[in-house]
Amino acid sequence: MSLYVKIKKAYDDFTLEAEFEAQNETMALLGASGCGKSLTLRCIAGITKPDEGLIVSDGVTLFDSRKGINLSPQRRRAGLLFQNYALFPNMTVEENVMAVLSKHGGSGSLRERYERLARNFYFDGLENHYPAQLSGGQQQRVALARIMASGPSLLMFDEPLSALDSYLRWQLEDELARTLEAFPGDALYVSHNRDEVIRLCGRVCVIDHGRFERARPTKELFESPETLASSLLSGCKNYSRAARLTDVTVRALDWDVDLECSKTVDAGISHIGVRSHYISIAPEDALTADGQTGTNMFRCRVLKVTEDVFSTIVDVCPLGTDPGHDFSRIRIELPKGAAGGAEEGVVVLAVIKPKDIMPLRPDLPITPDAKCDTI
Amino acid sequence: MSAMDLFPLYNSLRVASISTFITFFAGICAAHYIARAPKAVKGVLDCILTLPMVLPPTVVGFFLLKTIGPYGPVGSVVLDIWGFRLTMAWYSAIFATTAVTFPLMYRTVRGAFESFDRTLLYSAQTLGLSDTFIFWRITIPNCKQGILAGTVLAFARALGEFGATTMVTGYIPGRTATISTAVYQFWREGNDALAYKWVAVNLVISFLVLTTVNMLENRYDRPKRARAVLADKG
Repeated sequence: MSLYVKIKKAYDDFTLEAEFEAQNETMALLGASGCGKSLTLRCIAGITKPDEGLIVSDGVTLFDSRKGINLSPQRRRAGLLFQNYALFPNMTVEENVMAVLSKHGGSGSLRERYERLARNFYFDGLENHYPAQLSGGQQQRVALARIMASGPSLLMFDEPLSALDSYLRWQLEDELARTLEAFPGDALYVSHNRDEVIRLCGRVCVIDHGRFERARPTKELFESPETLASSLLSGCKNYSRAARLTDVTVRALDWDVDLECSKTVDAGISHIGVRSHYISIAPEDALTADGQTGTNMFRCRVLKVTEDVFSTIVDVCPLGTDPGHDFSRIRIELPKGAAGGAEEGVVVLAVIKPKDIMPLRPDLPITPDAKCDTI
Repeated sequence: MSAMDLFPLYNSLRVASISTFITFFAGICAAHYIARAPKAVKGVLDCILTLPMVLPPTVVGFFLLKTIGPYGPVGSVVLDIWGFRLTMAWYSAIFATTAVTFPLMYRTVRGAFESFDRTLLYSAQTLGLSDTFIFWRITIPNCKQGILAGTVLAFARALGEFGATTMVTGYIPGRTATISTAVYQFWREGNDALAYKWVAVNLVISFLVLTTVNMLENRYDRPKRARAVLADKG
């Protein structure tokens, strides 16, 4: 089982250029809203027609602009779970599932197949309920069962959890994980939520304004994002424009400080990022004897101290920079009680370990073969 | 009162029922096609189909007379081949009321189709359901309220149509008279007593139609509220 997608779709103010390959896995498409991730799913499902490109799923060509192949959504065997589940409101649970079951073959009578699904997805006893009578969790389970009834070779989830509150989210995420585990084919999971992606998906493709970065293991994205876009999506909060000084040092322009870096700094970098958990605070007397700051240690003025449930958030601004500038505000998250004497207005030392500095490129490297006609 | 000739009532109901039957299907078909048509086509067709709603009924009547009148391109052919006139008969009013009520049906249904949640349609397609099944079992039932509203509005408008009708049917007591042409005729003759009676009939019918619309709306609202409460508890 595999999925290959290389498509292009241009609108007046937006162009989607998707390219990725999934090999029997759950792949996440992660991106800010409006980046083209849902559009990609719609192109694969056959709801939207790409301008050009190729889509092959499980050995079947779904779309090939060169050969003029464009299968109807009905023939693509691509199950798509919509954010609102899209259960037919005029039909009961049973009618919803039966409508799909009766169009597709399977072992056993229709009744048996329905009951099997109802048991597997825990909605037996609800057959005469209308979708509006179901809770969010029940709706999702029925929608999943209905997709399974159509015998898909590919599963696609379009932000299935983003409309829910946090408690329900956990339950439903569990459900999805179970379904994904049991599913033999490929699955695509669209989200803008990094936590879901970490828990559910093995690999991730970051999409930035319609452009796909290369797919990589989910862990790698969060440990060392390469671009500003993927770093933003991975939840990193502190950035500075940066200039390379040597292979291991970089000048943080917005912070007005030179930093040492254990990752190689290559010429193409434009920014650095540091996670808020990886910055610590030292009192002023931690300075070396001659009053010089140590490695990756710089003076900051505390702007604000906020008590969160399990942590203390200290917003600082390096001395000599303008706190009104977005990048100059540095957010430090400390365990509760570890903020020491940090209070508004005092000067502290911010300390960052060289390994925690992430050099970032502005965007994807632009490859000359990024056009679809070179497939 | 006992002498009151009820033919106009009978004729009006007959004409309105038949023209509503026609606009029901024609309106749904037009709405279905135009809701998915490309933008340019949509704009032009929409203008043409809505025109009878904005034009004065007399203009619609004038066009009809020029088309189905004995010298018109359609009317003359029918007269030549089958030997009967399309104007000045009870059924002539069907042409007039259909033309005037069609835009009401078409526009209301198109509104319903366009506000219909398209993800239902897409999910049905990806689930392998045929387009015919989707149209009859998903689109139509979920647009039921718009379709019903359009139908009732078209029927009410057909009952009250005067301008175009009077131009193509004239007023022949016992043959082409409708409620609205009867009111006009009796007022012109100074027969206020009879005119009042037909006005009363008109009021009763309008009241019934509006009550029906309200009842339909309530019936479709109530189960939803009940369901919402249930879903909260469940």
